[in-house]
Amino acid sequence: MNAIKHIGLVIFLIGLAIFSALPVLGTFHLNEASFNNIIKEKNIKSDVFINDIKSNIVGQDFKGMQAISPKISKALDNANETHIKNKEWNKKIYTKSSDMAALIGKKSANGFIATNKGLMWLLTFGLGIIGALMFILPNVILLGKKGIKNDGIYHESATNRGWIGWMVFIFLVSFYLVLYFASEYATNWTLLVDPISEALSGNPAGHWFVYGFMYCVVMTVMAVRMYIKYRHNIYQVFRTTSVLFFQIVFAFIIPEIMVRLQMPYYDFKNAFPLDYDFFFQWNLKDLINNGGIGIFIMVWGIVLTLVIVPIMVYFFGKRWYCSWVCGCGGLAETLGDPYRQHSDKSLFAWKVERYLIHTVLLFVLTMTAMTLYSFFSETGTVLGIKTSTVQNIYSLVIGSIFAGVIGTGFYPIFGNRVWCRFGCPLAAYLGFVQRFKSRFRITTNGGQCISCGNCSTYCEQGIDVRAYAQKGENIVRSSCVGCGVCSAVCPRGVLKLENGPEIGRINPTEILLGNDVDLMDLVNKN
Amino acid sequence: MQEHIVIIGNGISGVTTARHIRKLSDKKITIVSAETEYFFSRTALMYIYMGHMKFEHTQPYENWFWDKNRIDIKKGYVKSIDTNSKTLHFVKGDSLKYDKLIIATGSKPNKFGWPGQDLEGVMGMYHKQDLDNLEKHAPNNKVCKRAVIIGGGLIGIELAEMLNSRNIPVTFLVREDSFWNGFLPEGESQMINKHIKNHHIDLRLSTNLKEIKSDDNGNVKSIIIEETGEEIPCNVVGLTAGVSPNIDFIKDSEIEIGRGVKVNRYLETNIPDVYAIGDCAEQHEPIGNRRPIEAVWYTGRMMGETLAQTICENKTQYKPGHWFNSAKFLDIEYQTYGWVFAKPRENEAHFHWKHHKENICITVSYRKDTNMFLGINTFGIRMRHEIFDKWLTENRDMNYVMSYLKDANFDPEFYKAYENEILTQYNNTFNTNLAPRKKSWKRIFSKA
Repeated sequence: MNAIKHIGLVIFLIGLAIFSALPVLGTFHLNEASFNNIIKEKNIKSDVFINDIKSNIVGQDFKGMQAISPKISKALDNANETHIKNKEWNKKIYTKSSDMAALIGKKSANGFIATNKGLMWLLTFGLGIIGALMFILPNVILLGKKGIKNDGIYHESATNRGWIGWMVFIFLVSFYLVLYFASEYATNWTLLVDPISEALSGNPAGHWFVYGFMYCVVMTVMAVRMYIKYRHNIYQVFRTTSVLFFQIVFAFIIPEIMVRLQMPYYDFKNAFPLDYDFFFQWNLKDLINNGGIGIFIMVWGIVLTLVIVPIMVYFFGKRWYCSWVCGCGGLAETLGDPYRQHSDKSLFAWKVERYLIHTVLLFVLTMTAMTLYSFFSETGTVLGIKTSTVQNIYSLVIGSIFAGVIGTGFYPIFGNRVWCRFGCPLAAYLGFVQRFKSRFRITTNGGQCISCGNCSTYCEQGIDVRAYAQKGENIVRSSCVGCGVCSAVCPRGVLKLENGPEIGRINPTEILLGNDVDLMDLVNKN
Repeated sequence: MQEHIVIIGNGISGVTTARHIRKLSDKKITIVSAETEYFFSRTALMYIYMGHMKFEHTQPYENWFWDKNRIDIKKGYVKSIDTNSKTLHFVKGDSLKYDKLIIATGSKPNKFGWPGQDLEGVMGMYHKQDLDNLEKHAPNNKVCKRAVIIGGGLIGIELAEMLNSRNIPVTFLVREDSFWNGFLPEGESQMINKHIKNHHIDLRLSTNLKEIKSDDNGNVKSIIIEETGEEIPCNVVGLTAGVSPNIDFIKDSEIEIGRGVKVNRYLETNIPDVYAIGDCAEQHEPIGNRRPIEAVWYTGRMMGETLAQTICENKTQYKPGHWFNSAKFLDIEYQTYGWVFAKPRENEAHFHWKHHKENICITVSYRKDTNMFLGINTFGIRMRHEIFDKWLTENRDMNYVMSYLKDANFDPEFYKAYENEILTQYNNTFNTNLAPRKKSWKRIFSKA
């Protein structure tokens, strides 16, 4: 069994190594016809740029994106510089240089990778999946009888911020940096999944398709791990299944099929303000131009945020969204599960959390108010501030760096819910509802707590669960996403997630159940 | 000048007292301990060795907590208490004056004079130092080829689980003919026997230790079994044959001791302004069915809650409510509410239900004449403390408890429930025709 695991690990690492090397491999050759198509498609009017590309790139062979990309970006910069100087605004190119490089790269990839997409898929995704499953599946036997399987978590380098943890950190951060800021280097990755993308939406894959596909693959493989680890706990099994279903069907397949049906790309479960660009001008215009389905999506998006989300939180707590439906939560609960113990439980961290997450909520609401004002009054500025500038700052700082690079990249260091805990504006909104108007709570079982600390250690949201449990007090914290792991790891059966009447939900106690009844009455008067 | 309260011992009893005194008053509080700087949860030591947690995770309060709440911490080992001058003398030669003294020094592992019981590699599993010692002598199964555990109680099985987690072979010597059968009814005790063996632990029932043998360097080499004379080579011996009050340093003082520090119902010793709580306190008369010395986390906490009242001018008797306890036997969770004795006492009987396959069972104890519910042991099903506490206060009978058992279920959502199955067996056994009642939030939250 251990041999299978080790072979699996080697296979996985080979797949990962090939995948990681792809951004700098491959050959590119742009021919005249393809370039003319790009000119037409992108409506490029800059003769400076066209001539530059034609003389420096078209017809030549390039080895690796690193050879071709700087030339494209230089050509773009030169052209725009010239046009700005000459005030030829209609000739200026607004496409970002990395997008232009990605576009040209995609059209000019011609070597082994481009002609052997299936084989390359097998050598990367294929080996990764097979290797990971070989690593994970033997645990059915190796982990022994069903029960809590946390042995050795703080002895392993991977899960105790050791060198493996730091390597994973570097990989994840680099991956997100490529994805958000240097997407041309994802060109070869897009080639691997072209066949799948074409089958779904009819279009070749872009780097966001790579991300979406990879997201589903990673979640599925790591969900298998969850099923094995928590096979004694049916709540975890159901929850993992739910979150996986919503990712694959709602976030991945349905939007792609909608594109095929000439409908707007839309993830029906992605609620504003997590879906921060829902009210952006381009999106509203796109929806309006799409007729019936567009209007339906617009109404659905608004109803989802204003009605469905809070009502569901009232009945079930924010867990129904954060750990049963949400994609960010889904990745955190599968890929991120091995790192859940790294969330900081200090009072200081809780303070930072409250400032940060509510600032982001305020930010997104202000930005959206500006956006809507600009949309209806048809101006680009509000009180002298450019709406698009605010939008760009949010997209960059919050949407990309916070949610992506930090949110996921820092899994092995700060735990798996950094974004959900410190940044997600939707979580902040749901948190208000959960804290002040909900039937959900984690009930503390009378006086049974022994203060061992397993619950706090494994709380991914950094809640000091024990602080409440050892006082016999129910947990009603706004940040709780209801993953249910505190209840699972409790060795004394103290914690239970449940939805019950609001009366008695919050029950501060000084003296715990089991002591003198008169003393309890005296001290616990509330 | 504020009254100075000195607490010896920073376990759950001492720390609970300190916290409650601080809530109620401005008195000067000092906690004295030689074990660790700050309070940690002793029950969680096992999880550090098993890699579930680090030591810092076992500390329920952050380090700034003590300063902020003006609870002074004094690290030191008390050598003697002079109750006339109200002074503590420390091993290092310094001393500390008190106005009121609370002794909360907990327990120490029992040693019954076995030859070799003080060798290197022989240890209990109670103090932080025991954990450090185990980490030294049993870091892995290369250094520790086998460990032998002496004594089949709650700490013994935890130590077995710990060693098992690092794949160190364990031989587990239990004096009784079935695990913990002084406390558990037969069916449950046997289920645990089987569960221990399923974890590849070499469980030896009805087996006593004769002696521990040493190698040339004073390390453990092997143990000899009393009954058979068999020699078992091993590198670590865990002594887990119960605990007794940790009160050696009191023996030369004027404080009255028996096995523990003798206290009355107000937790007062024979000396004014000296109190004792937790594992080290011994009641003159047992309270109800309780033992005079209760070495249980929960009772330590309750005594702390109570004594803080007395210290803060609200003299309060230690009057614990209905008995409850919990433990975990490897993968099997155990909870108990009320009294279920291993062998039913006079006029008592047991109703036992066990799942046909899984390690899930309950034993309910009741009075034969009135059918009154006395207590429940549950294995593999979590139950609601408040509900059983209420039913015990209300003197509910068996028919009621069995019909309304769904109110008491505390398992996580979507878990398979067994109340119907239990009730069917109950109906068949007692020739009744009770119908299961649906879970009701209203009943669950109505106060007794």
